[in-house]
Amino acid sequence: MELCDWSAYDLGRLLRKREMSAREIVESVLERIEERETLIHAYITVTRDMALEQADRADRLLAGGGDIPPLTGIPIAIKDLLCTKGIKTTCASKILADYVPPYNATVVDRLFRDGAILIGKTNMDEFAMGSSTENSARGSTRNPVDPERVPGGSSGGSAAAVAAGETIAAIGSDTGGSIRQPASFCGIVGMKPTYGRVSRYGLIAYASSLDQVGPLCRSVEDCALLLNSISGHDRKDSTSVDMPRPDFLQALDKDLTGVRIGLPGEYFVEGMDSAVKEKVMEAVSFLERNGALVREVSLPHTPYAVSTYYLIATAEASSNLARYDGVKYGTRPHDDFEDIIAMYHEARSEGFGREVQRRIMLGTYVLSAGYYDAYYVKAQKSRTLIREDFSRAFEDVDCLVTPVSPCLPFKLGEKVAEPLQMYLVDIYTVSANLAGVPAMSINCGTVDSLPVGLQIIGKPFDEETLIRVAHAYQRLSEGSTVE
Amino acid sequence: MDFETIICFEVHAELGTRTKLFCDCPIDYDALPNHQICPVCTGQPGALPVLNKRAVEYCVRAGLALNCAINPHARFARKNYFYPDLPKGYQISQYEEPLCEDGYLVIPGDDAHPYPVGIKRIHLEEDAGKLVHASKSFESADYSLVDFNRSGIPLIEIVSDHTRNPVRSLQEARTYLEKMRQILRYIGVSDCIMEKGQFRCDVNISLRPRGGHDFGNRTEIKNMSSFKFVLEALEYEIRRQAEILESGGRISQETRLFDETKRATISMRGKEDAPDYRYFPEPDLVELDIDSVFIEAIRQDMPELPDQRVKRFISAYGISQNEASLLTRDRQTAEYFEKCVPHCRSCRKLSTWIAKDLFRLLKEKSLPIDECIISPRDFGRLMDLIDRGEITDGIARVVLEEMFETGNPPELIIKEKKLQPLQEADVIGSLVDQVMTGNPETVARVREGNHEPVNFLIGQIMRKTQGRADPKKVREILQDKLGIS
Repeated sequence: MELCDWSAYDLGRLLRKREMSAREIVESVLERIEERETLIHAYITVTRDMALEQADRADRLLAGGGDIPPLTGIPIAIKDLLCTKGIKTTCASKILADYVPPYNATVVDRLFRDGAILIGKTNMDEFAMGSSTENSARGSTRNPVDPERVPGGSSGGSAAAVAAGETIAAIGSDTGGSIRQPASFCGIVGMKPTYGRVSRYGLIAYASSLDQVGPLCRSVEDCALLLNSISGHDRKDSTSVDMPRPDFLQALDKDLTGVRIGLPGEYFVEGMDSAVKEKVMEAVSFLERNGALVREVSLPHTPYAVSTYYLIATAEASSNLARYDGVKYGTRPHDDFEDIIAMYHEARSEGFGREVQRRIMLGTYVLSAGYYDAYYVKAQKSRTLIREDFSRAFEDVDCLVTPVSPCLPFKLGEKVAEPLQMYLVDIYTVSANLAGVPAMSINCGTVDSLPVGLQIIGKPFDEETLIRVAHAYQRLSEGSTVE
Repeated sequence: MDFETIICFEVHAELGTRTKLFCDCPIDYDALPNHQICPVCTGQPGALPVLNKRAVEYCVRAGLALNCAINPHARFARKNYFYPDLPKGYQISQYEEPLCEDGYLVIPGDDAHPYPVGIKRIHLEEDAGKLVHASKSFESADYSLVDFNRSGIPLIEIVSDHTRNPVRSLQEARTYLEKMRQILRYIGVSDCIMEKGQFRCDVNISLRPRGGHDFGNRTEIKNMSSFKFVLEALEYEIRRQAEILESGGRISQETRLFDETKRATISMRGKEDAPDYRYFPEPDLVELDIDSVFIEAIRQDMPELPDQRVKRFISAYGISQNEASLLTRDRQTAEYFEKCVPHCRSCRKLSTWIAKDLFRLLKEKSLPIDECIISPRDFGRLMDLIDRGEITDGIARVVLEEMFETGNPPELIIKEKKLQPLQEADVIGSLVDQVMTGNPETVARVREGNHEPVNFLIGQIMRKTQGRADPKKVREILQDKLGIS
């Protein structure tokens, strides 16, 4: 195993013992990028020089001893929709191809504060709209497990980079499953924290009421480590919640005894790959054998989740993406327009990809006079019902366990022609965003060598239970017969 | 045909907060273009708004001053439209659940009775940037530049209600706007300087046959940059609509622009082209809970409003309605008056001298009253000097002018300029003699019983003393010498 394949948690310990240097780690990651990037294409920008510079600074800090910030010397890749000052942030869109933010996202500032090294900006579906990273203006990313297949999306670049050893850990964003589903497809760990747990300041918005930033990593320990760094109140984000942040590493030590796990009946119905279902049920039995109490619960409004999601997300997106019009933001194709309307037309028609245009149009329709009540207002009501489903279920259980995706990682191009099929890939993940609850994806084995993800959904602001269950599962199943 | 005019206003006032509505950028009207900006007010991708509490307070203050109900739950909404001065492609405004609703503003109606004009709502929103065109208009310019200094400055929009006592005439429109501006200045939420764009308004107008109940089609008029143009546009539009209706035509519901050079309103867009703003709740801001403690604190802090102050001035100082209105035209004037009161015996003299003579001096120099260097104590002493008959009104006017220029106390000016009143009977007597000798025909006429020219003779004598002589004494001596009484 090379340095670039280690976990952040283990590397942190070795760095502190001075058994290796941050420079060695970064060089190992950069070497892996050299080897694999042409095939995988996980990155839009690799910040090689900056990473080496940051590594040297980390090494000087480590040499000095004293107070060492928790992520010192750890290379992190960041999805290309989190603003990085002075470094291109493109959202994998032609319209932002040249956008260089004048400021850092709060999450980026916090990672830097804690000593993390930025290794690069990762590929994604354009403006986070997609489930396969095929909607990128910069070309698709491939799944390191099987390069014929997609890595999932929209944080496909982040997931693939972690899985390929092209970074140690990564940051993504999740609006309807965009962290959990690629984590599942690439066989790694991903978490969407509670809405309001992590600041959205500097996260280029897709759907503001659903977007949440979270980690993609190799282990649950790394997930806790990163979550410690990025979460907490930020006065620059009015929707971030002002409450003390627990030390998520503490949750790692607890076992499964007495944890009440709910299985929502609505998540185990037709339309799911039976091999996926089998793997998930095996994991559930494993948790039960190790002390968890498993019972069935009901989330009756689940069938409305996907349509509710696509109404709300597209409505918000249509407004959030209005600023890319060629005036202050968005590439202007040329300077010779008949009038301002012609400029808007051309800048937006040429700058946005097909899926983004489709969602802007859907969302514009949803908010239009005469349709607003029938679509937007109704979707909000449905969202409330879905949220109430979760509150009720959590009266009896501590967390829910479900599949992440109804299918295994599919082949590149397989679903491109069928947007609705692609939308259904999100069927198990969108509800957590609508309800604002935290949810996590961990690997629970493989089918035909392709990874299957297990989703754990928790109560609002109870990421600790997710970390506890996920870590216990990972620790206990290592070397056991789950594979 | 006899028509009733129904006029509704959408008044926009920029709030005088220190910083913008959703970011920490300072508000400075004199700053260089794009020097008061940050990622938030320029809509950088990923930047998020954080609400300025002071702006909420100001909006509530305006709501209370205009007798509105304050919503315990208020929400912000996005108003979506494309325009180059709008960096996000939407304006953060309020739609459902604005901060204030259902108020009124009392103006003197055309029938001379107090008339409470209904206020439908007051909401808080952000201003857009400012376009600077390379030539006169957007259409003809080779290029246009955007200055974002104004982007994100808090605005309140005050919408009057067409169903509850709408404004009915030009005169009421003028009074409504003046009163509105006066109140907003009084409560300190906005300077309302129209030339700086701090006070703007759009107007809705419709006509209907007098006594009718149904509303006629209305037109909305935009783009009026001064009070004068608002009234001109209204006048033009009322006449235009009346002419159409009288000739049996129909008013088409549309938005019109006021053309300052043509002095006319011209059609901008019809009803069918009205934009769909696709309002929806702003997901980047949380709902606003306005608790009663917050409202009460603002209520406690509310200064006396102009109408209350007029009433108090009349009863406390025994001055006329007219002078009370003049003295309360703005807070600073009223405060100056009240600071002078303890230093003089006659409030009525004081009010007249401020409202007439001081106002004239201020107007000549176009100075605001806060820049008047006469101390209230000196002003009061000048009043007492007049009151005790120590100086004449004419001398006092000279002294006041000198006080206004130098800030010196009245006694010093009188002494230095040798303006002490002329009281000595022999001096006055010889002056009277001089004037009588110089005007023998007039004197003869008086003696014949025509007393009319007496005042002319007194004026001649006063002129010789540069107004220093005591006019009462002059009259006495003159009448005595003329042998009349």
